[in-house]
Amino acid sequence: MAYDKFISLKSTMVPLPIENVDTDQIIPARFLKATKREGFGDNLFRDWRYNPDNTPKEDFVLNNSVYSGKILVGGRNFGSGSSREHAACAIYDYGFRCVVSSFFADIFKNNAINMGILPVQVSPGFLDEIFSIIEKDPSSELEVSLTDQTITILSTGSRENFEMNSYKKNNLMNGFDDIDYLQSMKSEILEFAKTRAI
Amino acid sequence: MSFDQKTLFDKVWDAHVVRKIEDGPDVFFIDRHFIHEVTSPVAFLGLESRGIDVIFPEHTFATADHNTPTINQHLPVQDPLSANQLKALEQNSAKYGISHWGLGNPKNGIVHVVGPENGITLPGMTIVCGDSHTSTHGAFGAIAFGIGTSEVEMVLSSQCIMQPKPKKMRINVNGTLGKAVTPKDVTLYIISKLTTAGATGYFVEYAGDVFEKMSMEGRMTVCNMSIEMGARGGMIAPDQITFDYIKGREMAPKGDAWVSSLANWKSLKTDEGAKFDKEYYFVASDIEPMITYGTNPGMGMGISQLIPKASDLSGGTATYDKSLAYMGFDEEDRMIGKKVDYVFIGSCTNGRIEDFRAFASVIKGRKKADHVTAWIVPGSHIVEEQIKAEGILDILTEAGFLLRQPGCSACLAMNDDKVPPGKYAVSTSNRNFEGRQGPGSRTMLASPLVAAAAAVTGYVTDPRELIQ
Ligand code: SF4
Repeated sequence: MAYDKFISLKSTMVPLPIENVDTDQIIPARFLKATKREGFGDNLFRDWRYNPDNTPKEDFVLNNSVYSGKILVGGRNFGSGSSREHAACAIYDYGFRCVVSSFFADIFKNNAINMGILPVQVSPGFLDEIFSIIEKDPSSELEVSLTDQTITILSTGSRENFEMNSYKKNNLMNGFDDIDYLQSMKSEILEFAKTRAI
Repeated sequence: MSFDQKTLFDKVWDAHVVRKIEDGPDVFFIDRHFIHEVTSPVAFLGLESRGIDVIFPEHTFATADHNTPTINQHLPVQDPLSANQLKALEQNSAKYGISHWGLGNPKNGIVHVVGPENGITLPGMTIVCGDSHTSTHGAFGAIAFGIGTSEVEMVLSSQCIMQPKPKKMRINVNGTLGKAVTPKDVTLYIISKLTTAGATGYFVEYAGDVFEKMSMEGRMTVCNMSIEMGARGGMIAPDQITFDYIKGREMAPKGDAWVSSLANWKSLKTDEGAKFDKEYYFVASDIEPMITYGTNPGMGMGISQLIPKASDLSGGTATYDKSLAYMGFDEEDRMIGKKVDYVFIGSCTNGRIEDFRAFASVIKGRKKADHVTAWIVPGSHIVEEQIKAEGILDILTEAGFLLRQPGCSACLAMNDDKVPPGKYAVSTSNRNFEGRQGPGSRTMLASPLVAAAAAVTGYVTDPRELIQ
């Protein structure tokens, strides 16, 4: 999927201090019936966000106008569960460009990058710091720089580095995806395929 | 000691690397690709918009399973969105020359059931599908894992994906399993020890006598659940049990090809002295029939135990409390005796013939509990035919159960098989997340034996009390 380049981002945050947020919560399976990649943002966290009669649940963070921004901050083990890319897609479609957590489920992390979302893994201590800053002042901002691989809490100057391999980094910064890369090496793949008696 | 010792995983992985990218993933070649109606339509749209073709249509196999109805499959599918996805799968398969086992096809069934039973899944292969339980195929000594829709598009267009090589873990279980302890209990036990994130970043090899003695169906159950502890996948070295299972299956190699494949497959095992990044050892006799009490598969316990106290576990109390509140359970409750409203036997975890044999062994001569709704859903038409041929259908009918038609069904409740809000289900599937089996549903994961015991008593029951 073509997506916007990601260089750096300065934004307020939406806090979700829950551990093991799984992909069934991010987007319940009953919304996977689309044959197009659009409209998923409306169903992001559907069952936490809306009552069965489709009225918004007041106490859920996405329904609280105090919190907004392009950065979603989640508890440990974010994105566990199924391989559904719809989860990352719903997060992107809703308007988030970056998810911060102290630990991500593997497949989710991969899917997120393929969608143009930057997953930033921080230390548990730094995550706690972020949550308490938001609690004190919901208008606090984070600055995430992919170029420098740093994440900074602007009001305190507190900063951490995060990891990102240079291949993925290059893709995100240029808005390329893996398919572009693979297409560019097609003849090498065709040669390789001959060695696999399948 | 030399540096040549390789694990089973290394051997299969290394044979599939087309290119290594420095400080990046490997370009990884895929032998077999399964697709289904839910995660493929957008990938095909992507191909279209980029104007590229499917590179090797003969290595991709399509089956409809995720949102198909489990009754009246001969009638048009009622839900327009599901019908639309099924049509898209059929049309895309036809357009690109991909074999397609749609509704009504005698080979139709859950993707991870039909691959192995038709001889598509073979040792030493790399296998992917846009479904996380693709790890099932690891039972054959294949590297198999779930991928996202962008990766489906990659495989369609280039037969490759970009993957960093995971770390290696070995889980050893030795000894003899007790009465009524099944492969499902072994895997729920391991996950309860490792937690749902305990194997994140790893690829697991299962080793030890318990797995060596296990049937292929059992091995598939175990490898299927690998993903529930965060692992990329799990695998078991192929042996005579594997070869006997494969031999004669429709798409398995025949004649000379069989002989040469067999020679190759026999080399697929971990060399003595090969290194793992992490290793666990468990004792078979410590495992009893298991059941989950919470909202992730790591929240499992021996059926005769009490629900643990949050203070005895590592991890957040808030999350734990939320989970128990959702289930309507308390710390230190007994699971035995809890009322059960629904029983689901099926899914790619426990929807194979052996699972229905186990179920039937408990219900034979008994009756379904009046207040229980049971969904008995074979993993494929081939399994359905076996159920009939072996007389299991008669046992089911006599006990008051109905056999449904194959599909994923209540495993993810994308069709009509939904557990209503607040109701309790004992399920042989793989996930007990909030709402997984329908909004507000409360799922307890267990083996077919525990499911059968619940189906005839209407309560969580230790199956050891019902079998000789
Ligand atoms: S049965 Fe469940 S886990 Fe298995 S393929 Fe279907 S939806 Fe996925």
